[in-house]
Amino acid sequence: MRGGVFEQISRRLQEILRRLTGKGKLTAADVDQAVRQVRLALLEADVHYRVVKEFCARLRERAVGAEVMESLTPGQQVVKLVHEELRDLLGQRSSELQLEGDPAVLLVVGLYGAGKTTTAAKLGRWLASKGRRPLLVAADLHRPAAPEQLMRMAEQAQVPCFYQPGIADPVALVRKAASTAREQGRDVLVVDTAGRFQVEEELMRELTRLADETEPSERLLVLDVMTGQEAVAVAQGFHQQLGLTGLILTKLDGDARGGAALSVRAVTGCPIKFVGTGERVDALEVFHPDRMASRILGMGDVLTLIERATRAVDETKAREWEKKLRRDTFDLEDFLEQLKRVREMGPLDELVSMLPGWGRRAVAGLQVDERELVKVEAIINSMTREERRDPDIIDGSRRRRIAAGSGTRVSDVNRVLRQFREFKRLFRQLEEGGKRLQRRFFPLV
Amino acid sequence: MPRNPWKEAMERARHFLRSQFASLPGRAVGREMWEQLEEVLVRSDVGVAVATELVERVRSEAMRRGARDLPQLLQLLREEVAACLGPAQQTLRLPRDELAVVMLVGVNGSGKTTTLAKLAHRLQKQGRRVLLAAADTFRAAAAEQLGVWARRLGTEMVTGMPGGDPAAVAFDAVAAARARGYHCVLVDTAGRLHTRHNLMEELRKIERVLGRAQAGCPQEVLLVIDATTGQNAVRQAVEFSRAVRVTGCCLAKMDGTAKGGVVLSVTRETGLPVKLVGIGQGLDDLIDFDARAFAEALIDTHQP
Repeated sequence: MRGGVFEQISRRLQEILRRLTGKGKLTAADVDQAVRQVRLALLEADVHYRVVKEFCARLRERAVGAEVMESLTPGQQVVKLVHEELRDLLGQRSSELQLEGDPAVLLVVGLYGAGKTTTAAKLGRWLASKGRRPLLVAADLHRPAAPEQLMRMAEQAQVPCFYQPGIADPVALVRKAASTAREQGRDVLVVDTAGRFQVEEELMRELTRLADETEPSERLLVLDVMTGQEAVAVAQGFHQQLGLTGLILTKLDGDARGGAALSVRAVTGCPIKFVGTGERVDALEVFHPDRMASRILGMGDVLTLIERATRAVDETKAREWEKKLRRDTFDLEDFLEQLKRVREMGPLDELVSMLPGWGRRAVAGLQVDERELVKVEAIINSMTREERRDPDIIDGSRRRRIAAGSGTRVSDVNRVLRQFREFKRLFRQLEEGGKRLQRRFFPLV
Repeated sequence: MPRNPWKEAMERARHFLRSQFASLPGRAVGREMWEQLEEVLVRSDVGVAVATELVERVRSEAMRRGARDLPQLLQLLREEVAACLGPAQQTLRLPRDELAVVMLVGVNGSGKTTTLAKLAHRLQKQGRRVLLAAADTFRAAAAEQLGVWARRLGTEMVTGMPGGDPAAVAFDAVAAARARGYHCVLVDTAGRLHTRHNLMEELRKIERVLGRAQAGCPQEVLLVIDATTGQNAVRQAVEFSRAVRVTGCCLAKMDGTAKGGVVLSVTRETGLPVKLVGIGQGLDDLIDFDARAFAEALIDTHQP
């Protein structure tokens, strides 16, 4: 699998900057060359033309300034500059949701197919996980079966959803939802609206009326991260007519270079509040400009990784596993559960790419194959409870049965058993050699 | 003057757009002008590489023909764009003597279902009986969405259980179409990001099963591309083509302000033709791609 959001920018910049970082002294030509490459990388990443122009002008100005030229490591100073400029472009820090009103109203708007309905359900789930009591509102009354979609996703998110088939006016629908929310002690309305182009006057009027009447504390534009140069016109159009308070980027689990993120933030001044990272209803993350800028420059995204891990595996579970491993009672059932938790964290290669020093290119060679995991799961699932608890009893005929049951070959079963033994052995070694390993890798600590 | 649907579609959005050339100097050809031509292309998502190449070609043509002013250069640019897309102009090829099967694929939210409805309408107008297959068993209420269209179109739809095997739905649809005397089956598939290996495998399976249901099917596999998409559309085209035998693209949502310039890069990188264009939300708003009309709309000199 190739790609990853921002990966291309990141790779290009890393190449350019690697050349620069080795240099003891920068000439004007060096700076010129670097800026030209940065410009090309940003344009190819769909950053808006005008934004690129300004970015490069600023970069050039600062790169020929005293802070770089008089530094002992001018190349690294330029890296720092690009990082700073990118981070500034993405917004200074992550931005909280404003939840004011009884109930607070969040309006979710955007183009056709941007991912509004999915995002609305994800927002509901996110709010619930933060202890709020959200109510989703199916106010997309244009697209066929849009309310049905939101209601299904609400079920997945375990958040209630309001919809009343008889009401054809979104304003009336949201009003009714608000009174229902008050009756039921719900404190946030997440309103899913119909998709529209920013130039469709009638539909935009519907939206401005909805905003005027319901006084939302957030007016969130959902934007597909694959959007090209038009992202700016779209964001400006919605912003001028509606007064946006924030942006949500969707489909970041693909390989779009994501320049739209840079541009819309720059032209609207609205913070990017969340990013959607998958189809699952919990695949929504708070946007961290600093982390994203680091990711662009290949510094990895360890913080996001840790966050995901803690979400998938709670601490007690982790301690239980550790204890079992130590006492050597960790069996295939635990192994299977661990695999499931890891898969919940997201696609494997995406996880690996968040580690510092692991560009997507490195991962491509590694071939982290999701199907392998599915196979392992199927094999363990085809074992009896006794076999999972005590793999040593799995003889030839049991292996044949397990292979047949899981639709795999005996050699696959053998491999899983071997991997499991290896895993346990490795853990014991780490335990025993813990002190020695630590000395070797952290000699200064 | 023949009807130019793109221009018509964009008339609606006109007063929001400032002409791209309002700021262009009317004076003689210079470095600044070439840069601005490139900018116009890049801002329509044409992509830097193709834009540079096109401008280069206009440059040498201008020298050869002695073109001096902006209108002449723009005309040259239009010609180059049209020439570049000319081979990409192809129509749908659906048999009349056997069951025709069309499969629509694309990333999430690109506009597959709506395009499918319009395509069904278009085929119905040609006197064909069209059956819809809701092989998006993943997205919540996708089948319901297609079902609404089936009712509006006055036709039937074959569907499966939510979360069921989409290939089975496709297979059943072909069998049903044969049994009930339909001429065409349009297969709607779940949106998927081209980076998801297992989902691309699933697509491959649907295609394979369709071929087993009837030899030579599907005759057309259309990749639906959102016109607002930037350079990622190229990756989409490459990866979807790698998974299944894509026979052409459909450029959806051309009725917004996006100009869809990325198809220039798509056709250059993959050789895929652009067969259809969605220019509005009515059932009739799906038309054949026309390279010349596209070039006209891409390099539009209309002054507001």
